[in-house]
Amino acid sequence: MRLGLVIDLDTCVGCHACAVACKEWNTSGTTAPLTDYDPYGAKPSGVWFNRIRHFEVGDYPYNKTINFPMSCMHCENAECVTVCPTGASYKRAEDGIVLVDQNKCMGCNYCSWACPYGARELDRVSGTMKKCTLCIDRIYDMEIPEEERQPACVLTCPAHARMFGDVDDPESPVSRAVRERGGYQLMPELDYNPTNHYLPPRVHAPIPIEELKKKAVRKVKEWVNRVVER
Amino acid sequence: MHPALAVIFLTLFSGGGFGIMALTAIVNDLQIDGGLNPLQTMIAVILSLVFVSIGMLSSTAHLANPKNAWRAFTRWRTSWLAREGVFAVLYYPFAVLYLLWVFFTSGTHDVAGLILLNLAGVIGLITIFCQGMIYAVLRTIRQWNTALVPANFYVMGLAIGATVLAAERIIVGAPAGTLVGIALALLAASAVMKGIYYFWISRPGGPTIRTATGFNRSTVRILEQGHTFGTFLTEEFGHTLSAAKARSIKVIMYIFAFVIPIAALVIGIVTGQSAFAWIAVLSVVFGIGVERWLFFVEAQHVVNLYHGRQQC
Ligand code: SF4
Ligand code: SF4
Ligand code: SF4
Repeated sequence: MRLGLVIDLDTCVGCHACAVACKEWNTSGTTAPLTDYDPYGAKPSGVWFNRIRHFEVGDYPYNKTINFPMSCMHCENAECVTVCPTGASYKRAEDGIVLVDQNKCMGCNYCSWACPYGARELDRVSGTMKKCTLCIDRIYDMEIPEEERQPACVLTCPAHARMFGDVDDPESPVSRAVRERGGYQLMPELDYNPTNHYLPPRVHAPIPIEELKKKAVRKVKEWVNRVVER
Repeated sequence: MHPALAVIFLTLFSGGGFGIMALTAIVNDLQIDGGLNPLQTMIAVILSLVFVSIGMLSSTAHLANPKNAWRAFTRWRTSWLAREGVFAVLYYPFAVLYLLWVFFTSGTHDVAGLILLNLAGVIGLITIFCQGMIYAVLRTIRQWNTALVPANFYVMGLAIGATVLAAERIIVGAPAGTLVGIALALLAASAVMKGIYYFWISRPGGPTIRTATGFNRSTVRILEQGHTFGTFLTEEFGHTLSAAKARSIKVIMYIFAFVIPIAALVIGIVTGQSAFAWIAVLSVVFGIGVERWLFFVEAQHVVNLYHGRQQC
């Protein structure tokens, strides 16, 4: 079993709800808390497991905004685990989840250097490294209804842009989505073999804004506007 | 990368300390310039211990949670950082035993002494290799992911060691001709090796913002980093240096690390003035400190691609 996330870049609207839900759940989860520094001050900062970036892809008029959520990819070749000198970082054999044992970590930052995806953040207050646990304290919780045994980010996403599942099982919804939509891994040249995959935006014909004929009335209106401005 | 003084001191001082040990071993093995007498040997070993300890203590100071530092020796099977810790600790008993041996027997190059000395020297050299590999194994940082890193650490650690020993001999007024020659050769080799390294990293290569996002055939630009103020990632990995500034700092580095020590050692051996020997030592340590600072600042972690950099 190889548990991870599949993120749909076509439908993600960049609302950061997944990051907020993650923070809310995990700040009282197994690697709690997710410390904030100066939260209401001039320099708000703190520990997050999930961060969303926003990119512009392509050149006008064929450009597109891509919202890009990123958390730990639970890599197969998790160098973050290999380099950890204390054994605090480990990868679970049964489901591939990469975790940090907060009781063993000495806060040397070395694992964060080895992670290409910026998934690890040091908590200055506890002095330990923190990262996405794939909500290990939700997904195996037999006390909650089965449909809720998913990571907080997946449950909360209003655009259904996040899927959770086993990428080792070829018939799982995540594997099927990756197969059908051409899902890919980030920076494959580094050979970390991340479990998380990204689904590219669907291809649509561009809206022909340049060729739209301007109506005569609008032309006059624009001319008047220009004259009045002067 | 963030040029934390603690990590700069780690490789700078412990590298220099292991260099002193290795050079002491070579000098006493081969009786170069007549070998070090017991007092000179003890000074050299104590200097080596002090240098290594400065490095080790400052690296511990760098830890956010030092109470777990003892665990750092456990994963030596996979982690170069753990291996470095194991060998660095292993160096101490041999160095201290040799120091005691010389103190009590005044024998600097009898068989028992030489065994202890050479073991300490070799363990030091292995530790330098581990230190280089800590950086060289990281595929996330192109400027470090090269065999040139451990090679540079070696030649510069040995250059510091040779400069210190040559200076010591000049200061006490003992013959130092061959030792100064060794120091000059190692300093020159360091300068050349560093030049090769700078040439190597100046060539573009490595992941781009395109492969980082998967849009391999489009231009990709950052619109929003998605955080209000800095994060751990921007603090730790966000540092850069403009090309012009890097060039001028490199000139300063070359002057202090190589030009001044070479000149000072030559003048020192010719005039016998101990002031020049001191200048050589202080200058080489400062200069190679600047070199280590550059080593960190110039390292560009691929996570910066997600903050808008086009190539790392
Ligand atoms: S994304 Fe980073 S922290 Fe997560 S498994 Fe991969 S290398 Fe490790
Ligand atoms: S910061 Fe903690 S988890 Fe990361 S390498 Fe160091 S000891 Fe291991
Ligand atoms: S909650 Fe869903 S839509 Fe909003 S940023 Fe996260 S993945 Fe994108």
